[in-house]
Amino acid sequence: MATLSASTPAHAGALRPSNGANLLETVLVALLLGFAGYCALFVAPTEKTMGVIQRIFYFHVPSWWSAFIAFAIVLVANVAYLRGRNPKWDWLGVSAAEVGVAFVTVGLVTGPIWAHPVWRIWWTWDARLTSAFVLWVLYVSFLLLRTLIEEPERRAVVSAVFGIFAAVDIPLVYFSIWFFRTQHPQPVIGDGGSLDPSMGKVLLLCWAAMLGILVVMVRQRYRVERLRWDVDRLRLEASQSNSESGR
Amino acid sequence: MALARPTAILLSKELQTEFRTRELLTTTIVFVLMVLVLFSFTFDPTSIESRRFAPGLLWLTLLFAGSLMLHPSFTREQTNDTLAALRLAPIDPTAILAAKILANCCFLLVAEALLLPIFAALYNLHVLPVLGQFSVVLLLGTLALATIGTVFSAISSQARMRELLLPLLLLPVLTPALIASTEATAGLFDEQPYLSLQWVGLLAAFDAIFLTVTWLFGEYLLEE
Repeated sequence: MATLSASTPAHAGALRPSNGANLLETVLVALLLGFAGYCALFVAPTEKTMGVIQRIFYFHVPSWWSAFIAFAIVLVANVAYLRGRNPKWDWLGVSAAEVGVAFVTVGLVTGPIWAHPVWRIWWTWDARLTSAFVLWVLYVSFLLLRTLIEEPERRAVVSAVFGIFAAVDIPLVYFSIWFFRTQHPQPVIGDGGSLDPSMGKVLLLCWAAMLGILVVMVRQRYRVERLRWDVDRLRLEASQSNSESGR
Repeated sequence: MALARPTAILLSKELQTEFRTRELLTTTIVFVLMVLVLFSFTFDPTSIESRRFAPGLLWLTLLFAGSLMLHPSFTREQTNDTLAALRLAPIDPTAILAAKILANCCFLLVAEALLLPIFAALYNLHVLPVLGQFSVVLLLGTLALATIGTVFSAISSQARMRELLLPLLLLPVLTPALIASTEATAGLFDEQPYLSLQWVGLLAAFDAIFLTVTWLFGEYLLEE
């Protein structure tokens, strides 16, 4: 355990407050988000059958796409951590997982808000909805697992292995529920319908804004995680030296 | 081959430890019986109703039993500090996991073999005509439960609140296996029994995929 103190001072730079580049990035993303929101609400044409409620689609769909990107980052970070043991991958993994869970939550909340006036129900056990729910549970357990292990290295290894199992499970969950539910009647999600070109452009703009949020949040969360890692290590070291001097 | 011998030795150790006391098996069997009796209060167990509910009920019970039964597989080693000794042995760490998976699979299968006649009698199910096909489903489903359960028991044993954590990690990941085995079993207990290759295939794929992932990444869980 003597190696603990060796790498502690390495991230002293993390203690600096947010720098100018960070602020600029945040402001840019906020402006982009504002513009995308304006386009989604006022520029895109109103959908013929669903009306205004359809505009939630510009937040709902990009949230899901961004969540999948976040979880792909988690998988890459988990595998990279196990291979190289660089704590940076662990910080990236947990940051992306938290942001991914936030996006999935947005998706799960905006979905029913749209579904209630259109389908007349809040929720249906359709393949896509059910697997989305299982996905949310999987990554919430991933984050929960991390809070229950004190030692930083152990936490990183154990959660990385669980993260890989969860990621491998996602396609299996989707296919199993898809096989299962397609035998039952279900509301049709308009796959056959074509998208108006201007709607497509606004959708991509909204996605760009969501990706901007993803980048800003993951970077901020990464900084916090780096500090937390140092604090955890110092706390462990302090408790060990306490117990040694107490002897 | 390098994996087979140490796995066989460790497996015999696991089986010996358990069959000396049989505490895991006894508690699991009593637990499952209790749950089966409790389930009978939630619906009328006539043969038509049973045919609809029994497959799901059986697999849900096994899943709950597994999440309790698999928990000691690593904590037992921890209380006696024997995992460190196993790690010191000059063998592939995957053998430790493989032996535990096989041992847990054996325990679950023994429990299932003892419980199946009782289950069939209590819920009026005709198991005998489809016994061969049902054994395949039971074996694949149990292997899925044992693989994920053993790996996650290694995970939860390193955390706080381990008793609560194992089911929490286990149940969502096992969703596809639960659906596949329940649907395959439902096909076998249908009025015209059939073995659904789609579900058996999914179950086999689940087993193959997670055994591979365990083989690739499982050993990291055993580090000190």
